[in-house]
Amino acid sequence: MDLTLHVWRQKGPEDTGKLETYKAKNVSPDQSFLEMLDELNDDLIKTGQDPIAFDHDCREGICGMCSQVINGRPHGQQELTTVCQLHMREFADGDEIFIEPWRARAFPILRDLIVDRTALDVIMQAGGYTSCHTGGVADGNTLLISKPVADYAMDAAACIGCGACVAACPNSSAMLFASAKVAQLAVLPQGKPEARRRVLAMTEANLSEGFGNCTNHYECEAACPKGISVKFIAKLNREYLKSMIPSAME
Amino acid sequence: MILDGRAPTGPIETSWDKHRFDMKLVNPSNKRKFKILVVGTGLAGGAAAASLGELGYNVEAFCYQDSARRAHSIAAQGGINAAKSYPNDGDSIYRLFYDTVKGGDYRAREADVWRLAQVSNNIIDQCVAQGVPFARDYAGYLDNRSFGGAQVSRTFYARGQTGQQLLLGAYSALSRQIKNGSVKMFARREMLDLVVVDGVAKGITCRNLITGEIESYWGDAVILATGGFVNVFYLSTNAMGCSVTAKWRATKKGALMANPCYTQIHPTCIPQHGDKQSKLTLMSESLRNDGRVWVPKKAEDCARHPGEIAEDDRDYFLERKYPSYGNLAPRDIASRAAKEQCDDGRGVGESKRGVFLDFQASIDRLGQSTIEERYGNLFDMYYKITAENGYERPMRIYPAPHYSMGGLWVDYECMSNIPGLFVLGEANFSVHGANRLGASALMQGLADGYFVIPYTIAPYLASLTPGQVKTDHDAFKESTENIRAEMDKLLSIKGKKTVGELHRELGNVMWEDVGMARSEASLKHALKRIPEIRDEFWNNVNVTGGALELNQQLENAWRLADFIEFAEMMATDALHREESCGGHFRVEHQTDDGEAMRNDEDFCYVAAWEFKGVDKAPELHKEPLKFENVKLAVRSYK
Amino acid sequence: MNLFTNTVGRKILMAVTGLLLIAFITVHLIGNLTVFAGPDSINAYAKALHDLGPLVWLFRLGMLALFAVHITFGIQLYMENKAATPDPYAIEKTLVTSFSAKTMLYTGLIILAFLLYHLLHFTVQVTNPAISAVNLPLDAASRPDVYSMMVLSFQKVFISLIYIVAMVALLLHLAHGISSWVQTLGWSTGPSQDKVISIGKVLAIVYGLAYIAIPLLILARIVK
Repeated sequence: MDLTLHVWRQKGPEDTGKLETYKAKNVSPDQSFLEMLDELNDDLIKTGQDPIAFDHDCREGICGMCSQVINGRPHGQQELTTVCQLHMREFADGDEIFIEPWRARAFPILRDLIVDRTALDVIMQAGGYTSCHTGGVADGNTLLISKPVADYAMDAAACIGCGACVAACPNSSAMLFASAKVAQLAVLPQGKPEARRRVLAMTEANLSEGFGNCTNHYECEAACPKGISVKFIAKLNREYLKSMIPSAME
Repeated sequence: MILDGRAPTGPIETSWDKHRFDMKLVNPSNKRKFKILVVGTGLAGGAAAASLGELGYNVEAFCYQDSARRAHSIAAQGGINAAKSYPNDGDSIYRLFYDTVKGGDYRAREADVWRLAQVSNNIIDQCVAQGVPFARDYAGYLDNRSFGGAQVSRTFYARGQTGQQLLLGAYSALSRQIKNGSVKMFARREMLDLVVVDGVAKGITCRNLITGEIESYWGDAVILATGGFVNVFYLSTNAMGCSVTAKWRATKKGALMANPCYTQIHPTCIPQHGDKQSKLTLMSESLRNDGRVWVPKKAEDCARHPGEIAEDDRDYFLERKYPSYGNLAPRDIASRAAKEQCDDGRGVGESKRGVFLDFQASIDRLGQSTIEERYGNLFDMYYKITAENGYERPMRIYPAPHYSMGGLWVDYECMSNIPGLFVLGEANFSVHGANRLGASALMQGLADGYFVIPYTIAPYLASLTPGQVKTDHDAFKESTENIRAEMDKLLSIKGKKTVGELHRELGNVMWEDVGMARSEASLKHALKRIPEIRDEFWNNVNVTGGALELNQQLENAWRLADFIEFAEMMATDALHREESCGGHFRVEHQTDDGEAMRNDEDFCYVAAWEFKGVDKAPELHKEPLKFENVKLAVRSYK
Repeated sequence: MNLFTNTVGRKILMAVTGLLLIAFITVHLIGNLTVFAGPDSINAYAKALHDLGPLVWLFRLGMLALFAVHITFGIQLYMENKAATPDPYAIEKTLVTSFSAKTMLYTGLIILAFLLYHLLHFTVQVTNPAISAVNLPLDAASRPDVYSMMVLSFQKVFISLIYIVAMVALLLHLAHGISSWVQTLGWSTGPSQDKVISIGKVLAIVYGLAYIAIPLLILARIVK
């Protein structure tokens, strides 16, 4: 099939960008979206043009590196799918496709479709861990964790940190990202001792890194390729409220 | 040269404990004076950086991705082994040790494997403490499953995302140290040179992938944890950015490359379709627990819908050939068996390079909901890629390059032959021998990072004065200039072929000639073709863009240049190893029924290759392997 | 206290003040609906309120505080969110959010403007002095004739329109606001989320229609 692509091109963070139009010809429906772009890039190189820069790595939907807004939707129209797992059979011959980078002030564009997501790392550094030492920990079965709790923690932990939630949020908030880690560690006995400090630190970092506030649009959940639920944001809110209670009263 | 791995002697059961006591320590107040560079932030690198930072060392960590959380360890699905023996089914440290040595086809160093098995239990405890949501049973205890041909249930798992969860655990520990200021993180950096001063590793040269600047970093020790090299086959299950570059640059500075021919071809990957594919996708081998592998008995049936092929006309070849292990035969054996069926003209799918993985029997026995619960995410993944429903018709699978058992040579303390250069995880050669068992890559990465290097780096550091060589040393200047010159050269060729095209060419040669079955003729053919591709690369590649900018074509070109040089060493190693063992199968060395034939008499050693220059044959050094605890035997899974 | 600076803290303040304001409009609505029971009911209700004396002022101060917090942080959140969000996508697509969620600031501002008008109209009684209770004769029980004031006011199309438009804004504001506080206070648990959102919308419509009914029925001369 033949497609018309409108791709965001931008030299560097300080440059202004714009949409450029390209034709992708003889696209096979069995190709992945990124393979289609690979091929377009090969064509661009051969005709002396600059290939399109885009982030990608594992190409199996788990590393969280790929990040493109396709026709207004982060990771494209297929639910629970990253761009790298999106296949061209989801498109029809003659389609026009708009490809843009994640847009959020906290994610400066580095080039074309590549953005800088260091801000997400900073949120994790603020408190997305248990302060256990290497070695010197108890046997794995010392603290029992019921299956529903373990499953809940796993649901939250499935976040791949791609930032689609931020890209989809009308406020560019990273609350779903932060909440997934807060919720995971808040329900596990290993994470409870630091739950109070963690929720405060991670939510503070959300603002200081330039993300917006959550106003319950739930676009994040709809865009998340891993189906992280906004119930974790509710959990984060609950954890925040709990943190207001002086510990002596708990 | 005969190499000495400096493995401890005496009873294996106490070897690590004794060695740990014998090693020198670094005084706590001196630790912060030492700077350690850690390249790669996967399980091994991330765990090492976090643990060393916590100990008080001054650590700088590097990765090519945009975040330390994205290394390809994240893609491991199945699980991680440990000798906890929670299910009370006869497991022990000794059994894990024994299985790993045997599974590696007797080409690993015994003491290293023992240590791995011993610390495996600590890893589970560590990960649980970090909040890794391992699967639990209803009583709240950790759940185990049997995996990858093990006869005990020793695999811990976190849904289908074990690698991801373990990496996020290491990443969280690393994040904590970054916050504390003990680790400084440099993302989007590609290591392009090892700086060696008077024969000792003292730093690295990197390219900042955002600005294009060539940067120097000094360290009292350099740790490489840069993963595997199977992207030399172009199509593999590795991430697109996985490369041999860091390891190869160290090799070119004198580090020895050990057993590069041991590459693992994983049996349960989604077959290739068309010629435009950029990578192959692996599905967890746990699928083989409930799926039966078969091909039609008659070649003419191959084009038919699998549902129309009668039970009697199906060849369940793994069950036929290996009655006791059946569909759970180790990876190398299962892969080769699949290739044999396809070579016999009985492959399925458009390309005829595929075999069926059939869940019908299990669905009938357990119900579809159970299968969905166990493998739902894999069926979804399969559907996304192939648009076929695995519940309704058998999946198609085919082997794909997956893991490199070979890597930089290291001694027992994970130090390479270059003092000060340590190598961890998949990047080193040590514990998997010629074949890696399922669920043991995660185990090795974390073992090296959390529980080996924090101890074994101390004796080296204790022997030197910290901070003696810094980036103002001439060696850094020289390295930077060389790398800049190389970069200018790559950018000035402006030929006709793209990096992608040349990589595909190299991949074709490697897959056909140095792939699952190798012969003297094929290897010699490869050794003729690789230099041709190298010449074409350096004369006809087209790398667009400039030096001082984000330039992905340049990144890929550099990686490919190293793959091409490395490929020659790999083929040379495969040609020299006149035996079949583990992931290395030489068609000249097989039994009458097609099984691998090892030659312990002549090849029971580690082949460590010294780079002598491009276009020059590498020099072979040997480390003889002694098996004092596990008796050398023919590996049989019948 | 990070309640006033933290992103979640302020969100919770918005939810709590919003919830109290909903409580207020609930009571206010019930009181006002007495207009349908005839002059005696609503005039009695108005007198009872008035007779609370200093309590009325205490209540008014409380309301002022609630509004101040709700409005201040509402605007602050909006400004911050605006600053966090760069140029829009070439193709703007939202999947699950609603018109009401996207227009919270605007409906909020409309309600604020209306509130000022409403106070001037019925409390201070300066917008239409001729038909204000202060200038109308007392009712049979010698109470200010609130009923007549309402009927005479809403018989004017212009005044009714202002009220109807404002109540549509309130409806929209509540359509996001009601379900939102359930989430913000951490009471939603995932599967129940969709139901909560639907119930919130239904309630918003109930409030909106009930409020709109007053001017509308008077304007239509059904209530005279």
